This record gives sequence, C-alpha cells and structure tokens, in this order.
Amino acid sequence: MATQHSRSAARMMMAPAVVLLLGWMLVPLVMTLYFSFKNYLPLRGGDLGWAGFDNYVRFVSSSAFWPSIQATLIIVGGALIITVGFGVLLGILLNQPMWGQGVVRILVIAPFFVMPTVSALVWKNMFMDPTNGLFAHLWRFFGADPVVWLSDASLTSIIMIVSWQWLPFATLILLTAIQSLDGEQLEASEMDGAPALKRFWYIVLPHLSRAITIVILIETIFLLSIFAEILVTTGGAFGTRTLTYLIYQRVLESQNVGLGSAGGVYAIILANIVAIFLMRIVGKNLDA
Amino acid sequence: MARAVTNQRKAINTAAAWIVGLLIFFPILWTILTSFKTEAVAIADPPVFLGFDWTLENYRTVLERSNYARFLWNSIIIAGGSTVLGIIVAVPAAWSMAFVPSNRTKDILLWMLSTKMLPAVGVLYPIYLIFINLGLLDSRLGLVVVLMLINLPIIVWMLYTYFKEIPVDILEAGRMDGASLKDEIIYILTPMAIPGIASTLLLNFILAWNEAFWTLNLTAAKAAPLTAFIASYSSPEGLFYAKLSAASTMAIAPILILGWFSQKQLVSGLTFGAVK
Repeated sequence: MATQHSRSAARMMMAPAVVLLLGWMLVPLVMTLYFSFKNYLPLRGGDLGWAGFDNYVRFVSSSAFWPSIQATLIIVGGALIITVGFGVLLGILLNQPMWGQGVVRILVIAPFFVMPTVSALVWKNMFMDPTNGLFAHLWRFFGADPVVWLSDASLTSIIMIVSWQWLPFATLILLTAIQSLDGEQLEASEMDGAPALKRFWYIVLPHLSRAITIVILIETIFLLSIFAEILVTTGGAFGTRTLTYLIYQRVLESQNVGLGSAGGVYAIILANIVAIFLMRIVGKNLDA
Repeated sequence: MARAVTNQRKAINTAAAWIVGLLIFFPILWTILTSFKTEAVAIADPPVFLGFDWTLENYRTVLERSNYARFLWNSIIIAGGSTVLGIIVAVPAAWSMAFVPSNRTKDILLWMLSTKMLPAVGVLYPIYLIFINLGLLDSRLGLVVVLMLINLPIIVWMLYTYFKEIPVDILEAGRMDGASLKDEIIYILTPMAIPGIASTLLLNFILAWNEAFWTLNLTAAKAAPLTAFIASYSSPEGLFYAKLSAASTMAIAPILILGWFSQKQLVSGLTFGAVK
C-alpha cells in the first residue's frame, strides 16, 4: 500500500539511526584495524611506523595469551553450564502452581538489576572474604578452614559471581518458554504413565531447545566481555585475566595500542563467530 | 482426595520455590541488612541477622563523604539522556520499518543487531582517542552518546516489535480521512505506541544505569556515575562493610524498583523478540 512518497519518507526516517550506527561501527573498527598494524606507543615515542602482522603474531605468542583464552573459556563455559542448568530447573519449578508465585519471581529476578560493580564488591567482601565473609563463618562453623576464595579458587569465585548475575536472565527466558508448552500433550503423556524424567527428556527439553540456544548465544556475547567483575575483584590476578581484560591492560595500562588493537581484532572475530549463529536464529524468527 | 493431593503438592512447590528464591535474593537482602548495622556488628562473629540496633549512621557517612548526590545525578543524566536520545532516533526508524517495510528491512534490522555484538574492548582505544580529541573524556555528554549508540539496536528492535503489533487498518483508515504523515504519527500512532515506548524506555534506562565498561573507562572524577562510585570502594581503605553496603544499597535501590516493573518486557526486549 505504501506510496512512492511514503517510501522516501520512510527512508528519511530511518537515516539517522542507520547513519549513527554505521559511524559507530565503522569509525572505531577502521581505527582499530589501522592501529593493529602499527607500532604505536603513546607514552613511549608515539607512532613508530608500520608493524605489518607483528602485533598479531606477538599478541598470540605472548605468554599471557593462552592462559587468557583458557580463563575466558572456563568462565564463559562454567557460567553457561550453571545458568542454563539451574535456569531450566528453576523455570520448571516456578511454573508449578504455588502460593506467592509473583513474589518468588521478583526475588529470583532481582540480581539481574544489580550493577556489576556492586555485585562483584558485595560477593568479594561480604561473602568471599577469608576472615569476615559469610562463607568463612560458615566454613568455620563446620570446623573447616575458610577458603581464600579470590586467590585460591579465583576462577570458581568469578564464575559464582557471574552466574548469580545471569541466572535470573536464563530463568526468566526459560520460564517464558515453558509457559508456552502445550499442557495437553504433557497431561496425555502423564496419563499414559510416562515417568516425570521421561516427560522432561522427551517433551520439555526438546520444546526448550530453541530458548536454550538463544540464552546460550546472548549470554556468551555478554560473558565474553565481562569486565567490572574482574576489575574490582582480582584485577586480573590469580589466573583470571580473560581475553577482554588482557586487551584492556595492553591498551590502557601498558599503553601498547598496536598490540592491544591486534588483540581487539581477535576479540571482534571471536564475538562475530558467536553472533552469526544468534543472528541466524533471530533472522528466522523475523520471517515467521 | 485429588484436591488434597494437589494442595500437598502445591505446598511442597511453594516451600521449594521460596527457599530457592530467598537463597538467590539473599546477597541483596544481606547487603541491605548490613547497611543498617554498625561496622562492629557488620563483622561480628558469628554474624548477626536481625537482632541488632538499626542505625542510619552509614548512610549519613556515605552521603557526607563521597558526594553521593553528584554520582547519582551523573547516573540519572547519563542513563536518562542516552535512553531518551536513543528513543528519539529510534522511533522514526522503527516506525518506518514496521509500517513501510521494504525487502531490505530484515537485513537492516539484523545488521543493527550485529553492531551490538561488537566487543567494547575491541574499540576501546579508538573511542578513547576520539574522546580525548573532542574533549569528551570524563564528560556526561560523551557517555550519553556512547551509551545511546550501544543501546540503539535494542531500542530499535523493541520498538519495532511493539509497532508491528499495531493494526495497520487503523493507519489506513486515518490515511483515507486525509491524515498527513505527520498527523498519522502524532495523533494515531503515538497514543497507541505509548506503552511500548514506555517499556522500551524503562528497560534501556536500566541497561544504561548498570553499564560498567564505558562508564568505568571513560570517566574520572567529574562525570563518574554510580558504577564508578561503587568501584571506588574496592580500594583497601574503603573496606568498611556497613558503609560499602549502604553505598551499594543506594546505588541499586532505584533500579531494583524500576526493574520489578519492567520484568514483563525483559524477555522479548533482551531476546530481540525471539522468545515471547
């Protein structure tokens, strides 16, 4: 029905958003690419000429690179397993008839709204502190030696903090997906005598597969770039230096922009690999 | 008999769900409780849960010491400004994509989403450099712009999803009666779109409020919002549990309340309509 007139008007109306995002994407991206091929040390001589692929090679061959990849994978993987696993269970639990469902929902969702710096500091000091933290009290109560969480179990600690932040997101989305499950199909299988575990495995889980995929993809994109949680807890020490944190240190702390930019390009590529899968699912949904 | 069984099952469900819910909420509850203790009670061994003398001393100290009001104001300006600006840019775009779709609309939508996937750290230095050159470092304006751009894809997507649900017939009826494009937007579309715009506003305000990469890296003293205010408590001399708790409570309380209102929109907003 759209006329020629409304079409050009539509294009005009889209222009600001498109131009802004195009600029936001292209300008920094081109600059990062440019710097990544340069020897650029703002505090130690500035622009020292072209570096070819040196920065890319040096970034990957530095002793900090593989540990950072490992830390990233452990944190992302650990948080995904915990949030999706408990998210499914919690989603099913919250979908059951009960008293005060609305209140419980609010309690469960709350951590999502806590800013990263607050949750990291609260966990670090009030729970994981080896002398005064609640965990230390709990451990002592049972006669055990308190764990020095952030240095002796640093990755576990970060995973715990991040999982606490993201469990509400997973739960909420999986709960929404469960609510759209066909109740009659479940009832029929229940009457046919299918045990609960089988009903879960053959009916509930397949129904949730799409929602689980979406949770995994979206969380991965956010988890790959967690920053504040590491900055205020360990500052990248004790093996918690993720790829994001390593690049941050190269760029802003040691001011080696060329090297950091090469790392940035790696991070962009990594994120895009995940993004392609997410976009495919979202795109499919647009057609429907 | 059957009823008794359901009630029993319901009781078990209720107990289980409440225990889990309270466990998940506990860190927040504990922070709020601790904020009303004296520093001595806050680190008492064994920990004290409720039987202590409540005090407002920590709030008073935090307010006096760290100029909390300025951080709060910065947070409001940055989160509010970026969200409002984003909505202004996104409404026309989402409108045209929802009501005058072309065969490129889907590609544009997906491309916009893809800009959201760009890892911030990958473009940290360029943005840093641009900010230095434009004198935007540690300014509220700079953060308003950056957070607007970061959230723009989500804003467009959310609005698009809402606008899609407005029946086109009404718009066509308006056009038949001779409504111009401007009239159409102001008198027909806007009233119907207000709920969608409101929830978009809410969710993006929350996201901008809690953003903790750019707000930490692009501010120092002047424009720092609450995320940075709290981060300043990570230094050893700031390690006082009760005061940390009071500061934390003040930083999260406004957003917790807003968040509870926005929980319905959260799912479709954060999954780009892929889960409804």
